[in-house]
Amino acid sequence: MKAYLVLANGMVFEGENFGAAGTSVGEVVFNTGMVGYEETLTDPSYYGQIITQTYPLVGNYGVNGEDAESCRIHAFGYIVREVCDAPSNFRCKETLDAFLKQQNIIGLQGVDTRRLTRIIRESGVMNGALTTEYDSAEAALADAALMERIRAYAVTDAVDSVTVDHEETYHEEGEFHVALMDFGYKRNILRSLVQRGCKVTLVPGRTTAQRLKELNVDGIMLSNGPGDPAENVQIIENLKDILAMNKPVFGICLGHQLTALAMGAKTAKLKYGHRGVNQPVTDFAKNRTFITSQNHGYAVVADTVDTSIAEVSHVNANDGTVEGVRYKNMPCFTVQFHPEACGGPRDTAYLFDEFVSMMKGGH
Amino acid sequence: MPKDPSIKKVLVIGSGPIIIGQAAEFDYSGTQACRALKSEGIEVVLVNSNPATIMTDPNIADRVYVEPMTVEILERIIEKEKPDSILPNLGGQMGLNLAMELYRNGYLEKAGVRLLGCKPDTIDRAEDRQLFKDTMEKLGEPVIPSKVVESLDDALDFAKVIGYPVIVRPAFTMGGTGGGICDDEESLREIGTNGLRLSPIHQVLIEKCIAGWKEIEYEVMRDGKGNVITVCNMENFDPVGVHTGDSIVVAPSQTLSDKEYQMLRTSALNIITELGIEGGCNCQFALKPDSFEYAVIEVNPRVSRSSALASKATGYPIAKVATKIAIGYSLDEIPNDVTGQTCACFEPALDYCVVKFPKWPFDKFVYAKKDLGTQMMATGEVMAIASSFEHAMMKAVSSIELGLETMTLPELESLPDEEIVQRLHRCDSDRSFTVYEAIKRGVSFDVIYDITKIDKWFLSKLKKLADTELALKNGGLTEELYRKAKKQGFMDKTILRLCGLNELPFEKSVAGFKMVDTCAAEFSAKTPYFYSSFDEENEAAEFIAAHPTDKKKVLVFGSGPIRIGQGIEFDYCSVHSVWALKKLGYETIIVNNNPETVSTDFDVADKLYFEPLTAEDVQNIVEQEHPDGAVVQFGGQTAIKLAKALTDMGVPILGTSSDGVDAAEDRERFDEILNQCRIPRAKGRTVFTTEEALQAANEIGYPVLVRPSYVLGGQGMEIAYNDRNISDFMRIINRTVQEHPILIDKYLMGREVEVDGVFDGEDILIPGIMEHIERAGVHSGDSISVYPTIHVEDKHKETILRYTRDLAKALGVIGLINIQFIIYDDEVYVIEVNPRSSRTIPYISKVTGVPIIDLATKVMVGQKLKDLGYGTGIYREADYYAVKMPVFSFEKLTDVDTGLGPEMKSTGEVLGIAESFPQALLKAFKGANMRVPKKGGRIIITVKDEDKQEIVGIARGFADMGIEILATAGTCKVLQDAGVPCTQVARVSEAHPNISDMIASGTIDLVINTPTKGRRHDTDGFKIRRATVEHSVGCVTAIDTARAMLTVREQSRSADLRPIDVTTI
Repeated sequence: MKAYLVLANGMVFEGENFGAAGTSVGEVVFNTGMVGYEETLTDPSYYGQIITQTYPLVGNYGVNGEDAESCRIHAFGYIVREVCDAPSNFRCKETLDAFLKQQNIIGLQGVDTRRLTRIIRESGVMNGALTTEYDSAEAALADAALMERIRAYAVTDAVDSVTVDHEETYHEEGEFHVALMDFGYKRNILRSLVQRGCKVTLVPGRTTAQRLKELNVDGIMLSNGPGDPAENVQIIENLKDILAMNKPVFGICLGHQLTALAMGAKTAKLKYGHRGVNQPVTDFAKNRTFITSQNHGYAVVADTVDTSIAEVSHVNANDGTVEGVRYKNMPCFTVQFHPEACGGPRDTAYLFDEFVSMMKGGH
Repeated sequence: MPKDPSIKKVLVIGSGPIIIGQAAEFDYSGTQACRALKSEGIEVVLVNSNPATIMTDPNIADRVYVEPMTVEILERIIEKEKPDSILPNLGGQMGLNLAMELYRNGYLEKAGVRLLGCKPDTIDRAEDRQLFKDTMEKLGEPVIPSKVVESLDDALDFAKVIGYPVIVRPAFTMGGTGGGICDDEESLREIGTNGLRLSPIHQVLIEKCIAGWKEIEYEVMRDGKGNVITVCNMENFDPVGVHTGDSIVVAPSQTLSDKEYQMLRTSALNIITELGIEGGCNCQFALKPDSFEYAVIEVNPRVSRSSALASKATGYPIAKVATKIAIGYSLDEIPNDVTGQTCACFEPALDYCVVKFPKWPFDKFVYAKKDLGTQMMATGEVMAIASSFEHAMMKAVSSIELGLETMTLPELESLPDEEIVQRLHRCDSDRSFTVYEAIKRGVSFDVIYDITKIDKWFLSKLKKLADTELALKNGGLTEELYRKAKKQGFMDKTILRLCGLNELPFEKSVAGFKMVDTCAAEFSAKTPYFYSSFDEENEAAEFIAAHPTDKKKVLVFGSGPIRIGQGIEFDYCSVHSVWALKKLGYETIIVNNNPETVSTDFDVADKLYFEPLTAEDVQNIVEQEHPDGAVVQFGGQTAIKLAKALTDMGVPILGTSSDGVDAAEDRERFDEILNQCRIPRAKGRTVFTTEEALQAANEIGYPVLVRPSYVLGGQGMEIAYNDRNISDFMRIINRTVQEHPILIDKYLMGREVEVDGVFDGEDILIPGIMEHIERAGVHSGDSISVYPTIHVEDKHKETILRYTRDLAKALGVIGLINIQFIIYDDEVYVIEVNPRSSRTIPYISKVTGVPIIDLATKVMVGQKLKDLGYGTGIYREADYYAVKMPVFSFEKLTDVDTGLGPEMKSTGEVLGIAESFPQALLKAFKGANMRVPKKGGRIIITVKDEDKQEIVGIARGFADMGIEILATAGTCKVLQDAGVPCTQVARVSEAHPNISDMIASGTIDLVINTPTKGRRHDTDGFKIRRATVEHSVGCVTAIDTARAMLTVREQSRSADLRPIDVTTI
């Protein structure tokens, strides 16, 4: 069956449908990772987005369920050049096509993803629709309602859409008790903490300082998540109180941005974001540059960080954007990239160790 | 960390002659290193015995020593040049081993020279088997159960413990030389003994065989700050058991999930960190297909063939970055030249698929065993880039020059199904084609996988190609099928042939081009490095539109994969032509498919198209670029073959026209020209069938030379002495379909002389005349060549000049001409004319100081020799003697006869330069690692009857020098009768101890054996020659070579050798 990607600028990519059929509107972004598509699709931070994979051959090792970073696909659509119909890997349970069908996510294959990527790179992130419901590109473009839907689309209520609705505790016997604030967490954040001997209570994104005090936690982990950070007004307010608890806090991605906003800095949208597993990040304290996994469309604006209370601890070695902030008068550090990897390099997992040491120091 | 200011003068060690396992990739890496150093204002002293390299050019390094790569010579160079540092890890295993020897013998410390980029203990821990194992164990990295042994008994004992099959891996050898898989005790006895002998430290690893696991490689980099990155990972099509140099390789890995990918990546980073390497490193892993179990197979603490491949596959210049790291920079301080806006501290993201395909010498050595194992056999490789695996594979197959357009190997098509399944068990160089044939026959993936362990992902991709090929062959051509076939990489001509059509019933698909940009389009790229795809988007067109130029555009073709007869020297020529054209104000566009070369470095030409060198692929580029001209005479036979197609496309050939090329190759036209010019040549005929060949040979009279026209390196060329030889050779030649006739010529046994000339339409310049040590009958590429000549009379030089000028004029040559002559009975005959570059150009350019390619290029664009400052006629002779000596890779090629003949067998060459001929010859022998027997040494002589009288004088000479002579019965009798003291040894077939036992005993310094006729492998001579290879005993197979050795022994001394800086010539 034919499928189309209709972009807000009026361009249409025609290809073959895989996965589910129908129409889905979202923000079209590209990811440059060459492996890790199961992790990418199930990463809640992609909520509201249609992902284009720059690597042309996708689905080669199938889908195994073990590598999912959450319980379902959060992306709104998936675009690849060639989807593999005969995957080969000892853990493979199903094809990518079957996985998308079962998750009711629309896939588009057979398009020139490099061309699409270059368009996004030049024009910036753009809204678009994946659809199987038109007979031709012209027909899709002629549908004023569809075009209006595309133009009007914005990722909203993102955190509320992906966060848990109740608390759950893992690894009861853990030495330190960490509250993992779920803004759209990836499972490997939880696993990374458990592996380091933490008891982890997963809590909804809007959890207050009061509740965290009741839980008597030793540290607070602020997770990654989707959407515009500045939209989360209530959470930012809550965070001010949470940070005032003076407990060790470690923020990743959205957690990093929300902390910065709570501390008076600003965030801004990047032209086309960082989505991939090859981003170099310089850690000033270590005088080292690490290869990191990233997935973000917004960044903390460097000159809005109040240097009397915080310092930029990490920057992107390519474009100089803020990749980490360390706060001066409280035990808190946050990073824009993903030390939990999955997919991507595990080179910055040491940050979890630093977080645990912080809690140790506090005991 | 910026550049270390104390580094001012660096010695770079190259990799020496091209041999299997160490090829052009080190010219690429070494050239990059030298350029990187020079750009930092560091003075570069270069040592490399290989004159065909670009790195040994005066414009690449400040001081260039084309000298034997031995510790004593290196010490003399260091004494003379006083460098402060050595960069040892860019010249392959050869450079690394030499640097280590200089370190171990204390010389470096004494001379105050430091090693850059690696520490000696790093190298030991990566290369010494036991230290490596200990290091991995300390890191917690799994290795395969193994034990280092220094005796065969220990090897046998350990094999009993871990069980067969086991693998033997000798320590400190390149390309796995001397290793192998042993299924039982008997084979371990054989391979183990061999491996122990070949290891310079007499040490091998006996290892549990894990054949069938996936083989995965990572290219890793680390800087002095400890920053680590992986540039690329690669997956081998063939599972563990086939040397990665002999495997089809894809980049990036295809069947690994993120978990496996990161697991191995992390392991590779841990290893490079633990070893403390500052620069590049290659880590090879075996990954069990059905679990996360893996093992580290090997770590190479240096740039390698794989790093060259990774550089070309990603656009990330590993050697250049490694060099910058070695002089103090950190990865995040080095810019990414491709984007110009990001740094080198990142990991390239590919948005295409890369396939590397090996080029084996088995089309040449038809009798050699094609089996693949842990010892590398390939002489070269091609790389293909495309948007799908299928397309990349098809490009690769049409690049390897086996006459294939798809993966169908014609000789397999006629075999019954059972035979095909049976052949799947053979792990040989045809296996990927056998697998393809099996898929076409409908053999199930399970059956194929169980036998070959080739991952089903690859099988399913091959099936897609097979389905298309079968559909084209068996059904009608629909437009849908056509478009699909094109996207999969089928050429129009292939589609038409398969469908039995003469023309397409619809509009043809037009190729577009995409860019290799290191970052999957995340950033815009500045470097025009393109590959073709069948998409609407066309980045080449965009680039051309965005960069308007008034310059005229010239296409320059590379020479494809390195093979015997067409080696690195043609890359030298192509690259120099590009440089010359750039200086002349042209925009240069290079097309090539060889990832090992300098020509495919993205900053050599103005634009790089990494594409197969077929007419159809070239046409795509022509339609894109509309070049004003094309240069084909520098890219060997591969490029020359494109001349006619280019002319048909309307692209002017700069220099000699395709008609001129044809006139030189077409027997009848060429004979006509010789007649016109009144130039004699040996009698000859052209034939197609065996009957015609027999008739021609009998009319001309034996012995005759038999060879196909349009070949290089004397491929398929033989001397026939009787009808049986003719029938034999014709059967082999006709195994591949011959488009052109076969030549039968009278064989004249005279002195062979060779010239390279530049002709501008009026005048000729001959930079130098070379004389071959071995008389005619030994291929010019395999003979020792001397410049200036020693035995050629002036009147013959005059004749040679006239013939060269007349032939060049008659053929319409503009540019280069290479002619081989024979002086026989005081008469000069022409053997062969090649209106193109030759393998002698780089060396003659260096020793005469005449920039031949530069001149030829200028002449091609209309300049005249008389205005170019080097005069006309024969250029004045240099003050030095230069001896070019062939180097062979017989140790890698079992079952190949080492006897020299008209078919070329050498893989590379070295040069010896000195003030006298004997000294130059000694340097060349040293460079080629041929040991000249010394007083107290022993040689065995066993020659054919025709040579027995001639050998007497040579034997006497050696005997007079205090060398003991042994000989087999016939030879011994002749020598004793002539009064030469000589001891008889028993023949191979006689009772022990016989000649084979003597060779194996390690007490023999040299064997002189001249081969009897024919290609038979059951002769005593063949066994003797192979025994010398197996036991690393020098073996000379031509009388003239033996005489040259005697000359060296009598007239030169190692102690007198003085390193000569060729930039001062």
